[in-house]
Amino acid sequence: MRTGFVITGLACALVVAVLVSLVLGKYPVGIDDVCGFFLWKAFNASVNLSIDRQLLENILLNIRLPRIMAALFVGASLSISGAAFQAMFINPLVSPGILGVLAGASFGAAVGMVLSKSWFFVQASCFLFGFLAVAAAVGVARLYKGNSIILLILGGVISGALFTSLLSIVKYLADPYNQLPAIVYWLMGGLTLVDAGVIRNTAIPVVAGVGLVISLSGYLNVLSMGDEEARSMGVPVERIRIILIVIATMLSAITVVLAGMVGWVGLIIPHISRMIVGPDNRVLIPVSALVGALYLVAVDDVSRLLFTTEIPLGIITSLVGIPFFAVVLKRAGKGWS
Amino acid sequence: MALMEVRRVTFAYKDKPVLKDVSVEICEGEVVTLLGPNGSGKSTLLKTIIGLIRPGQGTVRLAGRDISSIPQKELARQIAYVPQFHRSAFPYRVFDVILMGRMPHKTFFFRYSQEDIDIARTVMDRLSIAHLAGRPYTEISGGERQLTLIARALAQGARVFVMDEPASGLDYGNQLKLLEHITDLSGEGYTFIKSTHSPEHALWIAHRAVMIRKGAIIADGCCDDVVNSETLLQLYNTRVKVVRLNGSLRVCVPEMLKDNGAEEGTGRQPMFVRSGTSRR
Repeated sequence: MRTGFVITGLACALVVAVLVSLVLGKYPVGIDDVCGFFLWKAFNASVNLSIDRQLLENILLNIRLPRIMAALFVGASLSISGAAFQAMFINPLVSPGILGVLAGASFGAAVGMVLSKSWFFVQASCFLFGFLAVAAAVGVARLYKGNSIILLILGGVISGALFTSLLSIVKYLADPYNQLPAIVYWLMGGLTLVDAGVIRNTAIPVVAGVGLVISLSGYLNVLSMGDEEARSMGVPVERIRIILIVIATMLSAITVVLAGMVGWVGLIIPHISRMIVGPDNRVLIPVSALVGALYLVAVDDVSRLLFTTEIPLGIITSLVGIPFFAVVLKRAGKGWS
Repeated sequence: MALMEVRRVTFAYKDKPVLKDVSVEICEGEVVTLLGPNGSGKSTLLKTIIGLIRPGQGTVRLAGRDISSIPQKELARQIAYVPQFHRSAFPYRVFDVILMGRMPHKTFFFRYSQEDIDIARTVMDRLSIAHLAGRPYTEISGGERQLTLIARALAQGARVFVMDEPASGLDYGNQLKLLEHITDLSGEGYTFIKSTHSPEHALWIAHRAVMIRKGAIIADGCCDDVVNSETLLQLYNTRVKVVRLNGSLRVCVPEMLKDNGAEEGTGRQPMFVRSGTSRR
C-alpha cells in the first residue's frame, strides 16, 4: 500500500516538475498557456492562448521539452543503472561507471570531436566506445575464467583506467583553441546541445531499457545474496548478469550521448530511494527511476536559470549531491549494512 | 533404491585434490550428517550434491538421473541449499527473503503471485516465525536467520535439504531448537544432508554419519556404530569418549577433562588437566 502511494506521489511530482520546467525560462510563458497549448496539440481543443501558437510551439516543443525529456532520461537511466549495479555487485558504493562505460563513452566523444564536425558521428562514437569499454572489462574477467563479481570489478577498473588515459592522449593532441574547450565543456556535462532529433532517437532504447530493468528487478534481490545461493535457487546467474550489464551499459552510454558526464546521480539516487522505500529491488528500481528523473529535471532548471550564463549540469549534480549525501549518509545506512 | 547417489566423485581445485573417489548413497527421509575437520572437503561434497560444483570425475544422481542433466530450475525445486555463511549487504525483509524461494517456480519475466505469497506465509507459520515477516533480515538473530533460510527452502518446494554447518554461530538453545526442527521435518519425509562440527549433533538426530578426512570417506554408517573414540581420534586427532547414558542416548566427553568423582561443590579442581599449559 505504502509503496503504491509513494510511486503515485512521485509520478505526480514528476508531472508537476515537468510542467513547471516548461514555464521556467528566459521567455515568459504562463502555466495556463503551457496547459492550453498541450490541450490544443493533443486533443485539438479550442483554447485561447496569449502567445502566438507558432512561437509557443517553437519554445515548448523545440527548445524546452527536448531538454526536459533529456534530463528525465538521463536521471532515470543513471539511477536505475546505479541501483541495479549496486544489487548485482552486492556493494552499495558501486556506481554506473564501475565497468568503465563512462570512461569509454567520454573517450569516444572526444575522439569524435577531434575527428569529425558531424554531431551524429560524435554521438555514435561515444555510444560505441562506451560499449567497447565494458566489453573490455567483461573480456578481462572472462580471460581469468568466469565472470565472478570481483573479476568483473577489476576488469572495470582496468578498462576505466585505460580509457581515461586514452582520453588524456586525445585531449593532449586536440587543437587547444577549438577542440579542447569543446571536449572539456562536454565532460562537465550539460544538456545545451540536446534537440528534438536526439530525443526521438534515444526515446525507444531508454524506455525499453528502463522497462527491462524494472521487469528483471526480481532477480536483483536474489543476485545480491551471492552467486551460489542464487544458482541454488535455479537462477541462471551469468545470463541474467550479462543481460543487465548490457542494458545498463546502453542506458549509461546514452546518458553520455545526451549530457556528457553527469556525476553522482547513479550513486546517490539509489541511496535516497532506498531510504524512502527500503532495499527490495522490485520497488526500489522503479522508485529510483522516478526520483532520478525528478532530481535531474530540477537540477537542470537550476543550471539554466541560476545565472545568466548556463552552469554545466555535471557540476551542479556534484555540488548539490555531495553535501546532500553527506547529510543523509547517516540515515542512508538504513538501506544497507 | 537410494534417492541420491554420489558415485566415485573426484574433484580438485586447480591441482589440489579435495575429493578423492567419494561414494555415498542417501535414502529418502534420512538425516545424514557429514563429519570432518576443517578443510576435509565437507562443503565441497555438499556443493557437488546440489550441482554448484561439477565433479571432475564421477556422477551425482537424483532418483536415478544425473543431476548435470537436470535443468537448474527443476533441480532447485527438488534440492534446496542452506549456505554456511550468509552474505547480506542489503536488509531485505524476512518475508522478501522467503519469497525468493519461489523463484524456481517462475517464468523468466515474473511477478510473485498471491499463491507465492500464501505459500511464504504458510511456511513461516509452520516454523513459527510469522512475527518476523517485516523485520530486516540483517537485524534478526542467527537462529532466526537460520529458520528464515529453512523457511525459504520449504517455500522452494524441495524435499532434499542440503545444509552447510547449520548450527555454527548459533547459541546453545538455538542449536537445539534447530535440531528439533530438523527432526520434525525429517519425520514428514524431508531428507537432510548436513555437515557439522559437533559429533553429538550426529549422535542426537542423525540416522547416519559420514566421516570425511582429507577428501576421502573413512566411515559411513549408523551413527551409533560409526561415531566412536577411534573414528573421532582419526578425524580430530583428540581422544574423546562416547558415553552411553541410561537409555539409547549418547554424549561425547573429551578425555582431557578430568572427572573428580562425586564430591560435589567442595574444592573443585580446574577441569582441564593438560600438562605443560599452565601459565604460571
